[in-house]
Amino acid sequence: MIHPIPSGTRDVLPDEMREMRAITEALRGVFEGRGYGEVYTPALEYEEVLARAELSDASPAYRVFDETGAVLVLRSDMTVPIARVVASRYGSARPPLRFCYFAHCYRGVRPQRGQQRELLQAGIELIGSAAPQGTAEALGVLCEALAATGLEGYRVGLGDASLYPALMAALDVPEQTRAVLLDALARRDFVELERALELAGLASEEAAGLLLSVPQRRGGPEVLSDLPGPAAEAAGGMRMVHELLQPEVAERVIFDLGLTRSLGYYTGAVFEVYDPALGAPIGGGGRYDELLGRFGRPLPAVGFALGVDRLHIALAGEERGTGVRLAR
Amino acid sequence: MSVLNGLRIAVPRGALFDGTVDLLAGLGVDTAELRSNDRKLLFEEIGVITMRPSDVPTYVEAGAADVGITGKDVLAELVLPAGSVGGVPGGGRAGHGREVYELLDLGYGRCTMVLASRVGDLDPAAEALRRLGVMRVATKYPRIAARHLEETGRQAEIVEVKGSVELAPLTGLVEAIVDLTATGTTLRENDLAIREEILECTARLIANPVAHKLKAGAIDELLERLRAS
Repeated sequence: MIHPIPSGTRDVLPDEMREMRAITEALRGVFEGRGYGEVYTPALEYEEVLARAELSDASPAYRVFDETGAVLVLRSDMTVPIARVVASRYGSARPPLRFCYFAHCYRGVRPQRGQQRELLQAGIELIGSAAPQGTAEALGVLCEALAATGLEGYRVGLGDASLYPALMAALDVPEQTRAVLLDALARRDFVELERALELAGLASEEAAGLLLSVPQRRGGPEVLSDLPGPAAEAAGGMRMVHELLQPEVAERVIFDLGLTRSLGYYTGAVFEVYDPALGAPIGGGGRYDELLGRFGRPLPAVGFALGVDRLHIALAGEERGTGVRLAR
Repeated sequence: MSVLNGLRIAVPRGALFDGTVDLLAGLGVDTAELRSNDRKLLFEEIGVITMRPSDVPTYVEAGAADVGITGKDVLAELVLPAGSVGGVPGGGRAGHGREVYELLDLGYGRCTMVLASRVGDLDPAAEALRRLGVMRVATKYPRIAARHLEETGRQAEIVEVKGSVELAPLTGLVEAIVDLTATGTTLRENDLAIREEILECTARLIANPVAHKLKAGAIDELLERLRAS
């Protein structure tokens, strides 16, 4: 008898489970070793509580009513529930606070390889540690954790969520054009970005050129130079993070001035993990210095989440040598 | 090392094939076998794989090809309608189609997505909408058609067909079609008139999001040479 399960969910059988467990144990060892205590929160939360985060694009996809008629949602990430935990359970605790988690999250995505609607995330949150030190610590934990799983070919793309808005402000882009440009950028559509810039009719051609070329800059520290005003400040912030990194972490970094993450709460540094053995990012994270304030405990914070399924696929790919083919 | 700096490129068979092969030849790729052998799919030595245009985003999104060339019509049809879901955990946005970079408008393969109905003083589609409250529209591009009619505030019943769309309004299946046309000849021959232009479509260069970061040098060099050519 075949009984169906919902689209985007999956049964995990013992062979796969053993491999997944080895990965999560390796990650947990590093997280705990670096002082990040594991927490678990309910998969179901009140919608009005999570809505404080204003997640927009990654808002919860599954809703149910409880017996009182209250609307419950299945969490779409762990960062927002942990922000709630910090505000509710650690209201007067002295920061910094360090937490790690291994938890399933639920999203209404198009199911495909490495992309499930129920996905297991492994990650950390570092609460109360500002940039650049906090960011550098999170990146250090990230690379140590990936190394512990045996992943070899990975790189970390490092950007800043405030950079493009700062660039638009510095170049006097009209308010109504800004949302159009950000939307094209978020959709990774540079053809549309160029078209929107032409339509916007900016005063200087040089400004339009910068708005098109800067988000396509990625590579070594040289991509951080020659930026106007506030954008240079954001780039300076990225440079400061980079200088604080251990050499083995710093050599993994690719500066990426066009990096955008879909979650609405990022305020500063953002990062993503790439491996040549997988066509999609393995995970990512960034600074969310204003999220905790929305829950009543204003503290700067940074964190990341790894998709355990994707990490597993990348590790299997590196083993088969597909990663090496792509890397060269 | 191939001319493409080790990049693997997905090349569309069909209407965009000749323009794409000319483009590759212009970059110095040896295209002799690509032109002569239309059964072979994988040309490892020049870094080319060939496929239907609508499969190009699938291969590129998964990283089975680093970059690819396909029509804007294919990319626009991948964008999910408002209110539905899509995106990548921690990386994407809902409702925006495939997770690929759209890097360059290559300019060739120009054609237009149009709404057409039978020739005559009265547009049968507008008449159906006025009197029956809904127009029936046949298309191979159900999402583009639905989005266009939604955005222009008209109720429509979309009929998805796989073959010759022009047949549908001639037989009374629908009042209008949404289809791609380059010269308009097929439409005219079937007694159909263009009522609205929806979208200008050309060939686009797309890239896998991970390759875009890890092979930035090779992709930027390709872009520069394509812009210069």
